[in-house]
Amino acid sequence: MDMAVVELSRLQFALTALYHFLFVPLTLGLSFMLVIMESIYVMTGREIWRTITRFWGKLFGINFVLGVSTGITMEFEFGTNWSYFAHYVGDIFGAPLAIEGLMAFFMEATFVGLMFFGWDKLSKQAHLFVTFMVALGTNLSALWILIANGWMQHPVGARFNPDTMRMEVHDFMAVLFNPVAQAKFVHTVSAGYVCASVFVLGVSSYYLLRGKWTAIAKRSFTVAAAFGLASSLSVVVLGDESGYALTDNQKMKLAALEGMWHTEAAPAGLSLIGFPSMKDKETHFEVKVPYVLGLISTRSLTGEVTGIEDLVGRANQRIASGIVAYDAVEKLKVNRTDIAAREQFELHKQDLGYAMLLKRYTDDPRKATLAQKEQAAWDTVPHVPVMFWLFRAMAAIGVYLIGFFGVAFVLATMRRFDCRKFLKLAVFTIPLPWIAIEAGWMLAELGRQPWAIDGVLPTFLGVSSLTVAQIWTTIVGFTLLYGVLAVIEVKLMLAAIRKGPIEDHGPAHVQDTRDGYAPLPAE
Amino acid sequence: MAPPIDYEILRMIWWALLGVLLIGFTLTDGFDLGTATLLPFVAKDDVERRMVINSIGATWEGNQVWFILGGGAIFAAWPFVYAVSFSGFYLAMFLVLSALILRPVGFKYRSKKPDAAWRSRWDWALFVGGFVPALVFGVAVGNVLTGVPFRLDSDLRSFYDGTLLGLFHPFSLLAGLLSVAMIVLHGASWLSIKIERGPVHDRAARFGTIAAIASILLFAAGGLFIWKGGIGFRIEGLVDSFGPSNPRLTQTVAAPGAWLDNYGRYPWMILGPILGFLGPVLALMGIRSGKEVLAFGGSSLGAVGIISTVGLSMFPFILPSSIDPISSLTVWNSSSSHVTLFIMLLCTVIFLPFVLLYTAWVYKVLFGRITTKEVKTNPDFY
Repeated sequence: MDMAVVELSRLQFALTALYHFLFVPLTLGLSFMLVIMESIYVMTGREIWRTITRFWGKLFGINFVLGVSTGITMEFEFGTNWSYFAHYVGDIFGAPLAIEGLMAFFMEATFVGLMFFGWDKLSKQAHLFVTFMVALGTNLSALWILIANGWMQHPVGARFNPDTMRMEVHDFMAVLFNPVAQAKFVHTVSAGYVCASVFVLGVSSYYLLRGKWTAIAKRSFTVAAAFGLASSLSVVVLGDESGYALTDNQKMKLAALEGMWHTEAAPAGLSLIGFPSMKDKETHFEVKVPYVLGLISTRSLTGEVTGIEDLVGRANQRIASGIVAYDAVEKLKVNRTDIAAREQFELHKQDLGYAMLLKRYTDDPRKATLAQKEQAAWDTVPHVPVMFWLFRAMAAIGVYLIGFFGVAFVLATMRRFDCRKFLKLAVFTIPLPWIAIEAGWMLAELGRQPWAIDGVLPTFLGVSSLTVAQIWTTIVGFTLLYGVLAVIEVKLMLAAIRKGPIEDHGPAHVQDTRDGYAPLPAE
Repeated sequence: MAPPIDYEILRMIWWALLGVLLIGFTLTDGFDLGTATLLPFVAKDDVERRMVINSIGATWEGNQVWFILGGGAIFAAWPFVYAVSFSGFYLAMFLVLSALILRPVGFKYRSKKPDAAWRSRWDWALFVGGFVPALVFGVAVGNVLTGVPFRLDSDLRSFYDGTLLGLFHPFSLLAGLLSVAMIVLHGASWLSIKIERGPVHDRAARFGTIAAIASILLFAAGGLFIWKGGIGFRIEGLVDSFGPSNPRLTQTVAAPGAWLDNYGRYPWMILGPILGFLGPVLALMGIRSGKEVLAFGGSSLGAVGIISTVGLSMFPFILPSSIDPISSLTVWNSSSSHVTLFIMLLCTVIFLPFVLLYTAWVYKVLFGRITTKEVKTNPDFY
């Protein structure tokens, strides 16, 4: 294994996925906010809501194209850069991606054209239906992608087939109703709703501060405050926490993000702050709140939260068992009908992936030394300080946003849109949800390391047989392309915000043509 | 629980669905690619260019999903094909993806500034987004026909032994040009039904004429190469069409001329090449006589014929290996498991009719020619 190829492949995937995920959350949330705004227009028939919907729709469009463009890369990157992964788990992992295309992305992409171009070709109700289908398609997309991702975190319903040398599905329902995937879905789309609410609230506050388009800004502010309050509560309350007791890797993730090296007597304390050290295997200067972690993560007084060292001990046992399974697979490669080897395999197959961790140190895991096994067992620990801080950054922003939307909601209900301090705060809050979301993504994916598929396939084995030069070419290429597009996108977005709800291409000499096309005067 | 349909039949169905996906992509997104390729040549000033862009402005996005779905469906039903081809064609894939990334932003961002230099830059970006994928897809198919330099080890990990430039050889270039001609013809016939009659319409007809003739000639040259060019593969011995998906269990050898075997065995397959010729001929007649629906029908039929010809000639091969024939991927040794193929078929049967239904509805709403007047007044247009 050329570890440079592995590290570069990971870097490229991280860059392209993090970049893609800058646009997706806003699409997820803004599409539903457009549905809310347009519903008000259809129910009340008031033109201003049409203008509001079209204005946010324009910003939605600028953001949407980059989400779609960068999504094209993601759909093929498993094949281009992770071809052994694609072979090894394609039987299960490919299905949700294909269903996503068929059921969700088709819907979203087919209707989005009509959403922009159909305003004067459709009745009010029909256009609202089209907008709703875009929102539904977008959110269903997220569902299928997170079912795929959830399966990487908790690979249920599949087993290794020595005849085809890959994982194959045996219970598709288990893949569909994977509890980790469900928790991730709710958590992620709620985060998208929060992101869009912060965006709408921030831009509206900017208009209110400048005294521009205030009629539109006040109404948008109110919608965003209500939608944002509900969503920010949902993100935190229905967070990922519930899945953390399920598997060894999920337990490891929890222990790592808490910097919890040793198992404590139940219920364990929650660490507020501290300085975890990978070298000393200890968290220094820790400040702990007693009992809280045990209560949150096990929902009981007696449930134990396992510490890192105990989990490494378990990994050691599973490596020993995995080597037996690996030996059986090698025998079956030579003779498919070897009954003894098949029995040996059946007894140990759940640990096969752990033997493959040793491939980093030796070509034949059966010949691994004791030191190598010990090293492989410690490889199952993700980078604790990084996990510890990412989690705190994400959680702090999450809690802050609940308070933020609480205040916004009170202000909106009291119709107090003139609190300049809060309006300024709202403008500066705009980047925060993106920071929290990217931190959350890194937390989930770095926390799964060293696994690509938890307990099944180590990340370093999943790569394609590429050269360092090839991967550098595409990393540089994507970075340049994405970089240029990012600059253009931000400029266009800012220009569209500065311009406000004035229509493009309209007949310039006519001031008040068809309903709603004429710009609303600033109040 | 075993699925109620045989593994062998499911593999056949998914082989056919692979064709349906490729054809669906070419018939829908094909005219977007063709239109974008023609953009700088058929439209001279900004109003003309906006007419061309808006003829596909509302629908290209849905059409592009055929490509995304193609990727997902190959992943789900033919994981070996997904893993081997995309990692093998690594840099070519990067070219295609970059070109396709330019396309959505080209559509959306071009109209955001009135500046002429800005717009001209995006016009060329759109051209690249149409031309490069059309060429590279054809080149890739050419390479699949001659065999791709990969081998699988005993863990079934794939190793690739070629370079980006190695993909471009005379036959693959011929296939690439055929693909461009087919796509440009499709784009030209789309423009002929979708925009008002006038200068742009006439220029599109001229390019369509050239593309139709080129299609016919290049398709014939391709056929000649298949016959005499020394390419082809054959399976030796018994084939276990119900067997596990492990390519290394099949005995495959290189056999020059073997791509014509199927036409002797199943004479009905000759329909593929016949349509491949008939389509462009009908399109040419349609363009010359001003029967625009005939032109579009002809170019669609041509795409169906040309793509099916490739699939039918190679059956049961999907991706033969030129350096290690025993690693070759066929319909019988590279699919997903029995259960997955069945579940994916169920999903397709349930969802594909909905997709076709609402796509048809969207086209119905947007029915009609794009006019100069509309481009100048409609505030929603790009």
